[in-house]
Amino acid sequence: MLDSYTTGPGDPTPSDGEARVPISTTSEWTFELIQEYDREIGALAEEFGLDTYPNQIEVISSEQMMDAYSSVGMPVGYNHWSFGKQFISVESNYQRGLMGLAYEIVINSNPCIAYLMEENTMTMQALVIAHASYGHNSFFKGNYLFRSWTDASSIIDYLIFAKNYIARCEERHGLDEVEAILDSCHALMNYGVDRYKRPYPISAVEEERRQQEREEYRQRQLNDLWRTIPKLGEGEAEKSVRRFPEEPQENILYFIEKNAPLLENWQRELVRIVRKLAQYFYPQRQTQVMNEGWATFWHYTLLSELYKRGKVTEGFMMEFLQSHTNVIYQPSYDSPHYSGINPYTLGFSIFSDLRRICENPTDEDRQWFPDIAGSNWKETLQFAMRDFKDESFILQFLSPKVMRELRLFSVSDNDRENEITIGAIHDEDGYRQLRANLAGQYNLGNREPNIQVYSVDTRGDRSMTLHHTQHRRRPLGKETNEVMRHLHRLWGFDVHLHSLNGDEITASFHCPEVGRDRAEGEEESMLVPKPI
Amino acid sequence: MSYIIDRRLNGKKKSTVNRQRFLRRYKAHIKKAVGEAMNSRSITDMDKGERISIPTRDIGEPIFSHGAGGHVERVLPGNREFVTGDRIPRQGQQGGSGGGGSGASDSGEGADDFVFQISQEEFLDFMFEGLQLPNMIKRRLAGNESFQVVRAGICNEGTPGRLNVIRSMRAANARRIALTSSKRRNIRAMEAELEQEENKDPALRDQRRIDALRDNIADVRNRIARVPYLDDFDLKYNLLLRQPRPRSRAVMFCLMDVSGSMNQATKDMAKRFFLLLYLFLQRSYEYTEVVFIRHHTSAKEVDEEEFFYSRETGGTIVSSALKLMRRIMRERYPASEWNIYGAQASDGDNWNDDSSTCHKILIDDIMPHVQYYSYVEITPRDHQALWEEYESVRAAFPDHFAMEQIVDVQDIYPVFRQLFSQKVAA
Repeated sequence: MLDSYTTGPGDPTPSDGEARVPISTTSEWTFELIQEYDREIGALAEEFGLDTYPNQIEVISSEQMMDAYSSVGMPVGYNHWSFGKQFISVESNYQRGLMGLAYEIVINSNPCIAYLMEENTMTMQALVIAHASYGHNSFFKGNYLFRSWTDASSIIDYLIFAKNYIARCEERHGLDEVEAILDSCHALMNYGVDRYKRPYPISAVEEERRQQEREEYRQRQLNDLWRTIPKLGEGEAEKSVRRFPEEPQENILYFIEKNAPLLENWQRELVRIVRKLAQYFYPQRQTQVMNEGWATFWHYTLLSELYKRGKVTEGFMMEFLQSHTNVIYQPSYDSPHYSGINPYTLGFSIFSDLRRICENPTDEDRQWFPDIAGSNWKETLQFAMRDFKDESFILQFLSPKVMRELRLFSVSDNDRENEITIGAIHDEDGYRQLRANLAGQYNLGNREPNIQVYSVDTRGDRSMTLHHTQHRRRPLGKETNEVMRHLHRLWGFDVHLHSLNGDEITASFHCPEVGRDRAEGEEESMLVPKPI
Repeated sequence: MSYIIDRRLNGKKKSTVNRQRFLRRYKAHIKKAVGEAMNSRSITDMDKGERISIPTRDIGEPIFSHGAGGHVERVLPGNREFVTGDRIPRQGQQGGSGGGGSGASDSGEGADDFVFQISQEEFLDFMFEGLQLPNMIKRRLAGNESFQVVRAGICNEGTPGRLNVIRSMRAANARRIALTSSKRRNIRAMEAELEQEENKDPALRDQRRIDALRDNIADVRNRIARVPYLDDFDLKYNLLLRQPRPRSRAVMFCLMDVSGSMNQATKDMAKRFFLLLYLFLQRSYEYTEVVFIRHHTSAKEVDEEEFFYSRETGGTIVSSALKLMRRIMRERYPASEWNIYGAQASDGDNWNDDSSTCHKILIDDIMPHVQYYSYVEITPRDHQALWEEYESVRAAFPDHFAMEQIVDVQDIYPVFRQLFSQKVAA
């Protein structure tokens, strides 16, 4: 029986009797050894039923790692100052020793590309192979969000297309022009995502051909929308004055790409590129806990199993466990090191506990998880990995035992009260509430302000109005006005944003900012279209 | 099946472009920092890189986010003392509410400046940006140190490695056409005749003539076929020539007053000025020499150490230094081969009747040969005769002579920028 869900350094106990020939005994790595480890880990992963894309393991230097870091881990990326800023801060932090580089970067592509840093020891390389090439890889291939939202086989091609296209635009229209548009798009990147519609993945060649087509088509379509010459039979048209868009639009970048009156074709294409990338990263933002937890669980399980079969030495195990404990270290809320809940810890704890529930259920587990207590753990974990995202995963699988171990508690901070109240804690009465609260914390819809395009004054000043639907009266942050300026740059005409609590507007943002001479109330009644 | 690839030899400076984009965007900030650094640095590390710090708010990338307020529920780990229903008084923004969600900036990290290092190269780029050496016209061939290989057309001899295939084939083609054209013409004529013969009434045909023509045609064809497809003298080679490369070189004369009236602080300022000029010259010329001349009542050519650090006192005769400079220029640095720059620092003291001598030497012997001459007077006091004489030199050579006054260290970099700022073409 396997007992690798606890983290004591002395376990698991190696079984005797087998011939124990470790793969390597020193910390030096060679390409042959990497291959050997990969073969062993791969075989084990298959035994455990992990379904993966083919692996491409690339050995790189620390400088290359920093490069990869600052281009959000992608092997090719378009040029933009913000990546330079990222690079500079990574580089200076690394040089001053403030920060170690990540052990690994893994790319959701087919084949799945994982980077190993040449400075690492053999143990760390094996850890990364287990973590990235089998853990993350199987998650990318299995999880429903990745399956339905991203196309692993075409992403690299698309990035190349994007890089070349943007470079061409820079040549043709100048660096500053392109940078301005990209800046604005980046500001709205989180609102460039289709949350419900599923896009069809296409290849880069196809993408290029379609881009040409779109260019011609768009111009025609636009002209129609913005036709200002009144048609004959005005009376008939009067009746059917509809709000545009008919439904509020959540994908602001998409709306701009299709409808902004003044954008040049190449500018629309830039909007589209940023939007596509946002869409590609969207599943990652929604599955951080699960993804890291899954990969951590598997590197732990796979390497422990290797040890058990005598393929690695005690020294290897000690080094591995030390890194592993660092990875899943969770400082408590009042520690100076605290910076939120560590997704590795949370994910790893839930997956490990899930396995325990399957293998050694207690009475509590039987009561909380009647379906899975005592079931086949491999199947249950696969199910948990495939069909959930962070929010639903926590809601479904966070067990009372994990809540107790992490000593989770919930704090309610209401600005209408003078004191902060402690809500649910890790006790019998609090488990469900605590779990719901934590799940809510991972709901992107709660984390990001809900802002949608509400209407466009197609017949008047062409101004665009957006509505922010408040979540528990939470207002918009300080940067809102700056983002509005970016929005205004893309839209080209006035932009208004109303923050609504129910039906009541509590704050309004305008760009260009509204002159002082006009009365505030009058201004708003003029601008806010009444809901139909 | 896994592929394992060694990428270590691939390019590693992939982020350089993005880094440059960043520097480009924040040029104004960096230039300001560089300007400040120039004043506070010690002389020896004038040309090192620099730490640049930019306020975080200036480089922020804004996004829509939640602000403080409303009703926030957070889940935190590591509970020790709390039970449900506990109430904690709000302590500003810290205590129990620190952490997750919008509380992330509570730890104060949001307020830090964005700090990074620029390299020496970049530092100098920013330092001298927008500056230009006036009158950088002379480029002379100097010595035989450097050659560059240039393409110089086509020639008939060469090594197989330089064979120009296209030109060779073209030559062969031309030769074949030239050697066979008369034969082809011949064939065409005979063929026409043959056709004519054959078209005649069978009774009139001259069969012998036909046979002869056929034989002839076959014979000529044979001879055409014997013309070689490619001959030795068709081969053409790329011709590469070694050309001596003009190297620009400059000499910089540093003239400094070391009389009793110059104290260590003044000398230090002069040194900073000279150093800036030296760095600047080095960037513009491939080869730069420096001549140090110090003077009190008499002038002497010295090495750098002695120039800046040895102590001497005495009166001041500025013309002695100018005379020495004139002599060295004549002996070692003919103006036809060298770009000559002069930089003089003094506190403005001089024997009164000497200043007019200075004026004369400058006007007659020095200014016509130098690219640029700059004079800085390091003094908080009023100007004396020397300044006035120099002003008339400036009037005579407005493009080649510059003078400025420096009062304290803070002035050096601005004055330097002023002296060498790019002149807009009139």
